[in-house]
Amino acid sequence: MNILNTASYADPMSFQDIILTLHHFWGKQGCVILQPYDVEMGAGTFHPATTLRALGRTPWRAAYVQPSRRPSDGRYGENPNRLQHYYQYQVIIKPSPVDAQELLLRSYREIGLDPLLHDFRFVEDDWESPTLGAWGLGWEVWCDGMEVGQFTYFQQVGGITLDAPSFEMTYGLERLAMYVQGVENVFDLRYNDTGITYGDVFLRAEKEYSTHNFEAADADMLSRHFEDAEAECNTLVQRQLALPAYDYCIKASHLFNLLDARGVISVAERASYIARVRALAKVCAEAWITGQA
Amino acid sequence: MPQFFMELFSEEIPARMQAAAAKELVSIIEQSLNALAPREVRGFYGPRRIAARAVVESEAPAVEIEIRGPKLTASAAAVDGFLRKHQAKRENLIEQNGYFVLVRLDVARPAESLITENLTTALTQFPWPKSMRWGQSGAFAWVRPLRRIVCLLDQDVIPITIGPITSANISEGHRFLSPGTFIVSSAEQWELELERRFVIADAAKRRAVIKAGLRQLTASRDLDVVMDEALLDEVTGLVEWPVALIGRIEPRHMELPPEVRELTMKENQRYFAVRHTNGAPAPWFTFVSNIEAEDGGKAIVAGNERVLRARLADAEHFYTLDRRHPLDFYLPKLKFMTFHTKLGSQFDRALRIANLARRIAMALGVNAEMAARAEKAGLLCKADLVTGMVGEFPELQGIMGGYYADDPVVAAAIRTHYLPQGPSDPLPGGGAIDHITADPSRPQPLNEYFKPEIKIACAVALADKFDMLREFFSIDEMPSGAGDPYGLRRTALGIVRILIAGNYRLNLYDWCGENVTLVEFIVERLRVQLRNEGRRHDALSAVFAVDQSFDIVRLILVTDAVLAFQATEDGRNLLAAYRRGVNILRIENTKDGPHEGAVDPSLLIDSIEISLSHSLDLSEESIAQALSAEEYTSAMMGLANLRAPVDAFFEGVTVNVDDPALRRNRLRLLARLRDVMHRIADFSKLEG
Repeated sequence: MNILNTASYADPMSFQDIILTLHHFWGKQGCVILQPYDVEMGAGTFHPATTLRALGRTPWRAAYVQPSRRPSDGRYGENPNRLQHYYQYQVIIKPSPVDAQELLLRSYREIGLDPLLHDFRFVEDDWESPTLGAWGLGWEVWCDGMEVGQFTYFQQVGGITLDAPSFEMTYGLERLAMYVQGVENVFDLRYNDTGITYGDVFLRAEKEYSTHNFEAADADMLSRHFEDAEAECNTLVQRQLALPAYDYCIKASHLFNLLDARGVISVAERASYIARVRALAKVCAEAWITGQA
Repeated sequence: MPQFFMELFSEEIPARMQAAAAKELVSIIEQSLNALAPREVRGFYGPRRIAARAVVESEAPAVEIEIRGPKLTASAAAVDGFLRKHQAKRENLIEQNGYFVLVRLDVARPAESLITENLTTALTQFPWPKSMRWGQSGAFAWVRPLRRIVCLLDQDVIPITIGPITSANISEGHRFLSPGTFIVSSAEQWELELERRFVIADAAKRRAVIKAGLRQLTASRDLDVVMDEALLDEVTGLVEWPVALIGRIEPRHMELPPEVRELTMKENQRYFAVRHTNGAPAPWFTFVSNIEAEDGGKAIVAGNERVLRARLADAEHFYTLDRRHPLDFYLPKLKFMTFHTKLGSQFDRALRIANLARRIAMALGVNAEMAARAEKAGLLCKADLVTGMVGEFPELQGIMGGYYADDPVVAAAIRTHYLPQGPSDPLPGGGAIDHITADPSRPQPLNEYFKPEIKIACAVALADKFDMLREFFSIDEMPSGAGDPYGLRRTALGIVRILIAGNYRLNLYDWCGENVTLVEFIVERLRVQLRNEGRRHDALSAVFAVDQSFDIVRLILVTDAVLAFQATEDGRNLLAAYRRGVNILRIENTKDGPHEGAVDPSLLIDSIEISLSHSLDLSEESIAQALSAEEYTSAMMGLANLRAPVDAFFEGVTVNVDDPALRRNRLRLLARLRDVMHRIADFSKLEG
């Protein structure tokens, strides 16, 4: 049964309509609507439109969908709530506006979650990305006890304290859509209004990638690629090519995640891998700032 | 008398920080506005605001202040520096008790300017545990963006600027139920207006409303709510307008271990568990929303039920997967789990704990069959670390192992082997103990500790703790100052608590791997524990100083006997004589000592000293017998019998006589008195 049928919203939105609605909403707030970045990454924050653009004083507003890969979260398509590949909707506004919370709540209203019918809450959650050398303070946004987003005031990126703290919002699109549609299994989500489900689009990928991440991926090759990406990133930074260098930083991060899922990284090595990626993020951030000056 | 009121309105403040922040605001007002003699200072806190009210004087009276400066003998440069620092002239100084003293007359000041000046400084440095900057804040940081400041003296706005915000008389009510602003004219009006605007400003009142709401919902269904006070505090900080609601748990999810369900409910969702009146878990959960919804909360309940269903389905998934194999299936996987980089894997640790557990169980007097079960429990007690459920909910370590083990005795030992962790934790071996809802007011009944299955549970818990301490001490990872990253102090105290509760007689020296530093560390925890409880701890140090048993139970018994003895007249008296004797020895030893060695009976010429020597022989004998028979009160009697001869000795015999042989012998007699008494304790370490 669909809980929203009891509300004044007749038809909950399809997965793709939620994306289109968010695009429309944030577009009207002056955000440039970007397309997903074409390198594999673990979260929308890795997109240079967030990581690099958060640095420096130049104002910036952007929104985009970013496919996010978490190799160790794969469950062969058998778990109704977990995916190794999912979509994040990412918004960044720099400097953070006075009405960031209000804007966010309006965006939920647009999707069909009325704060007079639902219980919206801002629950403490400090965000940190050890691999990006980034952190911020903010909240998990709760709707009826469900986390429907992560709201962060960015403080530091690449180990660099930000001149103009930005507002950064991440919606976990599948989870949000499951809530809006009243669906208990992610693969049952209505993708559009023609009867296509999320499972129709992604179930096979979840199965195959889970096998790849946990069983098939060639660990030796991944290790080599990590070394290569690390070296290339450093070389490109030497030439002040911040953006291409940063691509290799993201690649290194993803390769590390794959190695981790493959179970070939010991606890001690893990910390060292994270430190190596963080070092890359730092030099890229510095190169980006130098290039702006 | 004017009323002062201040509200700091911000985006949502973490619940755990609010109460402390309100307290801090109160103390800032008390200190910064000290000159206005603030009274009836009261703090308020909630998700989006901290506030305080006070009654103050309308002006700070003129005062004469004396500030002590350099000594009269100080250099001219030092005096000049002092004058510069206080912007004073030489003629303002007077001379007093060898010092220059600056006498300054501070004129009366209106409250307004004093508030502006002093509060601006104090609030700019508000000590949030973690703070942040935002788009408009520049270098200023607050816990989350600060949006409004109300600062009033009666109805007048007192100008204060903190970061990007300047004070006004404008506040806001509930974010959704009453959008918009209102004018604040006084603390009372603010509180009333907020209530009209769906915000209960008084946290205690909010807490009471929540409690009553939860009680009413459950009582009307013949159920009990588990009133978790810490959770109640947190929820009080999460809502401005609490509305208690109740939801159902899927019947199939009632088959999960209650700890799993209740942990998810509490940690992830901030729900309160519900029990039937007989204490059995009920298929309901209660929670508190922040809104009076148009549909009476139907959508909110349905939403929360769905969220919980998804979470419990996830837990169920892990629970089912984990139980496809017996617990020992997971054991080898511990080889790949590092305990500590220098200390090998959890598998190595499991082997060590197993061995220790068996030996400790034997030492506690269980039979070989039961000792083997202790060994098994020790071997398997860490196996659940590699199960899916513990991977997901690390807090359930031990508890899940208890569910996955097949032998109930082994299961109970695994379940409770981390206990006790905190001072209010129950001890190992109990039945259905869970960390989450453990009732500290119900300690294990004393006689339980004689049961073999309880001994096994305690043996495994002790083995876990001894191993932990031994290993970390072996790589010099001891706690220092405030740093105790591995919780070794807590671990040591756990050992002490188990040994005392069970009256278990173990030689710590043996079980600490003959590491004296470690034994001392453990006894030190007991001493600190006694001190924290406001009990005498010097007696423990005195007894431990001469102890050879390394037996915590014995240490406590002797300590208690010594304290009881010290409280008697004989005790007080003998101790005074002891101190006198030790004092003489100390002084004489510095001249030509040390004066140790056997007393020469042929040099005892006075009948009084002969009698003392004889009494010492008798007491030594009787003390030795009493100690080995563990009759500590009679051991003290042996001391008490010394009182009369010792008193007589100090009254009738001169120690420092001219005859060097006689003098030496009498000093040796004093040394012997000390040594006999030290069979029980080093009384020089005893205070009072």
